[in-house]
Amino acid sequence: MATIDIHPQTSAHHHDDHAHEHEHHGNFWTNYVFSEDHKVIAKQFLITGMVWALIGGILSVMFRLQLGFPDADLSWLKPVLGGWITPEGKIDPEFYLALVTMHGTIMVFFVLTAGLSGTFSNFLIPLQIGARDMASGFMNMLSYWFFFLSSVIMFVSLFLSTGPASGGWVIYPPLSALPQAMQGSGLGMTLWLVAMAIFIASSLLGSINYISTVINLRTKGMSFTRMPLTIWAFFFTAIIGILSFPVLFAAALLLIFDRSFGTSFYLSDIYIGGEALPNQGGSPILFQHLFWFLGHPEVYIVLLPALGITSEIIATNSRKPIFGYKAMVGSMLFIAILSFVVWAHHMFVTGMNPFLGSIFTLLTLIIAVPSAVKIFNYVTTLWKGNIRFTSAMLFSIGLVSYFLTGGITGLFLGNSAVDIQLHDTYFVVAHFHLVMGSASFFGMLAGVYHWFPKMFGRMMDERLGYIHFWLTFIGVYLVFFPMHYIGIAGFPRRYYSWTNFETFSGFADLNMLVSVAAILTLCAQFIFLFNFIYSIFRGKVAPANPWNATTLEWTTPRHPGHGNWPGEIPTVYRWPYDYSKPGAKEDFIPQHIPYSETQESNLPHENELIKLELNNDSIVVENKDQKH
Amino acid sequence: MLTLIIVLGVLLVLAILYFIFRIGNLVSLVKGKDDSDISSSNSVNAYLLMLFMIVGLVAFFWYSIAHFDSYNLPVASEHGVVTDYLFWVTMAVTVVAFTLIFIVMFWFTFKYRYDKNRRADFFADNHKLEIVWTLIPAFVLALLIFSGLRAWSDITDEASKDAVVVEVIGQQFMWTARYPGKDNLLGKHNYKMIDASNEFGLDLSEEHTWDDFKSLELHLPKGKEVKLMIRAKDVIHSVFLPHFRVKMDAVPGMHTTFKFTVTKSTADMRSETGNPNFNYEMACAEICGRGHFSMRFPVFVHDSVEDYENWLKSQDAWLKQNPDYLKQVPAEKREAAIVKAGIPADSQDAIQAAPVTVTLN
Repeated sequence: MATIDIHPQTSAHHHDDHAHEHEHHGNFWTNYVFSEDHKVIAKQFLITGMVWALIGGILSVMFRLQLGFPDADLSWLKPVLGGWITPEGKIDPEFYLALVTMHGTIMVFFVLTAGLSGTFSNFLIPLQIGARDMASGFMNMLSYWFFFLSSVIMFVSLFLSTGPASGGWVIYPPLSALPQAMQGSGLGMTLWLVAMAIFIASSLLGSINYISTVINLRTKGMSFTRMPLTIWAFFFTAIIGILSFPVLFAAALLLIFDRSFGTSFYLSDIYIGGEALPNQGGSPILFQHLFWFLGHPEVYIVLLPALGITSEIIATNSRKPIFGYKAMVGSMLFIAILSFVVWAHHMFVTGMNPFLGSIFTLLTLIIAVPSAVKIFNYVTTLWKGNIRFTSAMLFSIGLVSYFLTGGITGLFLGNSAVDIQLHDTYFVVAHFHLVMGSASFFGMLAGVYHWFPKMFGRMMDERLGYIHFWLTFIGVYLVFFPMHYIGIAGFPRRYYSWTNFETFSGFADLNMLVSVAAILTLCAQFIFLFNFIYSIFRGKVAPANPWNATTLEWTTPRHPGHGNWPGEIPTVYRWPYDYSKPGAKEDFIPQHIPYSETQESNLPHENELIKLELNNDSIVVENKDQKH
Repeated sequence: MLTLIIVLGVLLVLAILYFIFRIGNLVSLVKGKDDSDISSSNSVNAYLLMLFMIVGLVAFFWYSIAHFDSYNLPVASEHGVVTDYLFWVTMAVTVVAFTLIFIVMFWFTFKYRYDKNRRADFFADNHKLEIVWTLIPAFVLALLIFSGLRAWSDITDEASKDAVVVEVIGQQFMWTARYPGKDNLLGKHNYKMIDASNEFGLDLSEEHTWDDFKSLELHLPKGKEVKLMIRAKDVIHSVFLPHFRVKMDAVPGMHTTFKFTVTKSTADMRSETGNPNFNYEMACAEICGRGHFSMRFPVFVHDSVEDYENWLKSQDAWLKQNPDYLKQVPAEKREAAIVKAGIPADSQDAIQAAPVTVTLN
């Protein structure tokens, strides 16, 4: 075949939308609920993730009310919180901890792992590498429904009379192992562990699918070096997930044993509630090692997809190739590897051997190098670009800004000697909320704005998008930037109130500011929610390629059916970042346009590839990586 | 009624906003301006990003300088001076890097905003640049790491032999301190011996426990190395002495330590801060349950080692305060225990007669 038709719809006589639907019989249940289509599953992950984000956000506003307005009468929350509001109109101190714990758990796992990676890995991997669907649609469906089941269990735990898990999202035993230690360590903790075990199963099913799809189902010509950075990011994320989540599973299992079957993996020498427990010989530090062996890679599981999405959006909207494609892939690879050998920097002051502390300081600060390279590459991509500020682009710029602001404070915390003072203060809270929380959240929002037209065939309203961006961008900075000062002053995390201490008596003003900003930021999300729902039904009809982007998903019809491309899957001839190529007619050349059609803009070595295109031999195609 | 009015008011505002949105949409549809709008809203966003950058940086520098005293906690330990120095060096490095990148990034977004007459540069790669900005952070980081690690190994080094030994014990939701008494050795303890009075779980068959005493306030000398022995009874707690830059977890089943030298007594701090009521405090830094936020432990630093030793002498041994527990001392050692704990003669006889009832539950 000498020429590849770039309009699949016209070449596929038997596969117009109508005929297509008749090939795949299905009813409401198989099409929308127990669907095996990656696009439907992606939307299921997205909507579940959004619901969780809303719950997680509301929980955070509740505890910010306590911190920002310690004297306020909160009895008006009684209809919602019932007995958790004390007769004096205050949030119960134990419920405060439950709020903090569930906020962390929900945001890290249910929103930023499932909601972000689950949504976009599912949606984009087949569409961007040119595959009909995931390697196993059935496993993919199971992945979502395990997640759903896990969500239900976690949600139910919020309504227990003893409260949900309350020992912090890191659930360190013995606090989480002993119901005597706090109410939340009773049934709430059991449900937490069960929910997380199911969640891990879901995550593994998803990750295995992502990896095998990326390796096996790339379309003709889509060599690894021609994959968009989004795909690289999802690929690395899935590998990290497969290697680290089982360790959390093991940690949770041992904790279940300690809690329910009298083992002593994490328990030793405990006197609580007027009695000495028989457990001896266990180590709470063991749990921390196991937890953070997942916990730190988890940060990158959350962050890498967001960085991948951002790379794509920044390149597209700067109308420029992403700067240093190979360096971007290399730094992600390096980050992925290093993410497994830095976990103990969360544990410098646990009494761990100080020599280990030195090793982990060294490894931790090394990870700053690839992160810095990524920031420099983003900034250089903006340089001499022709920047269109779509909502997605604004959120991507916001992500880079947060990644910079929050990442740079990692240099303090990764340095064990400096960490002594800062550990478990608000400085840490500021650091990780910016670098991994807000940055990833912005990546998720950017992704939604950018791929909404492909998901729902309509455009989101840009003006509402701008308002949403500015309120959220400034709001998040107002929430988390002041926390640096509060942290430097030594204020410990997870404190219900600081009034017991003279040392921590100040900053009522900053805390109030933070709380007000948090409330406003949450309110701004309703603008997004409105925009999202409204646009699904009433948004402007999306053109085939609204952002003039180069990647394959924009070659599908407006509503890609089951199988994504009605005709043949397009063949890929070039890398995904041919934006503003000198000599080209348009300022972008999609990946499926052969070099033979773009002689005016080809670089010398690309002209040589035309011969190979004519042979159309897949082996040869593999070999013609661009020499950039 | 008021609630109803508020709810109705909010609904009304939302409805108005919705209609404004709808009308705006319809107007733009009628006008037929679709994508021609890109340049005007684009510029607005570009200017806003610039404005954000400038206002943000000004606010950051202004607050950091004007409110320095409100967030900078005075330091009162030898290693704290070192870690503070490292902190501020890191701060200088990061603030410079942050400010430069922040300005450059937002400047680019502004300078290169969309212009339909311009085309972006096809600039995909530059190995020299990549190498430069890999090496510069690597070099700066190496410096930070090595100075950090030297401090870290000094801080975590063994305490000197003559260091003052104090044990702090965390439990839900309070701290207690145990001092070694005249022999300067902490006696053995066993968590199974803990009861309502014997909250340390002192194993009284061991002689070093006899003169140990309890304190509900942490007393420390100025100018002499202190070795803090740390343990927890129930769940993980964390010793946090903010002014001394000390933090170390208290882990059940483990003994952790932290050595440090205090450089300013409570009186010194009172005059330095100009606050006659200043007191050092110890807090819990690891979530430990309902009362986590209330685990305040008062700390008092004596002006000199002599002062501190005088205070030590004025304290009664735990065994003296709880003479009933002499029963747990093996009969042949009781005499010695009575002397060591400083129990007055009149209460001795009764105790002597009691049977030995050492039980481990």
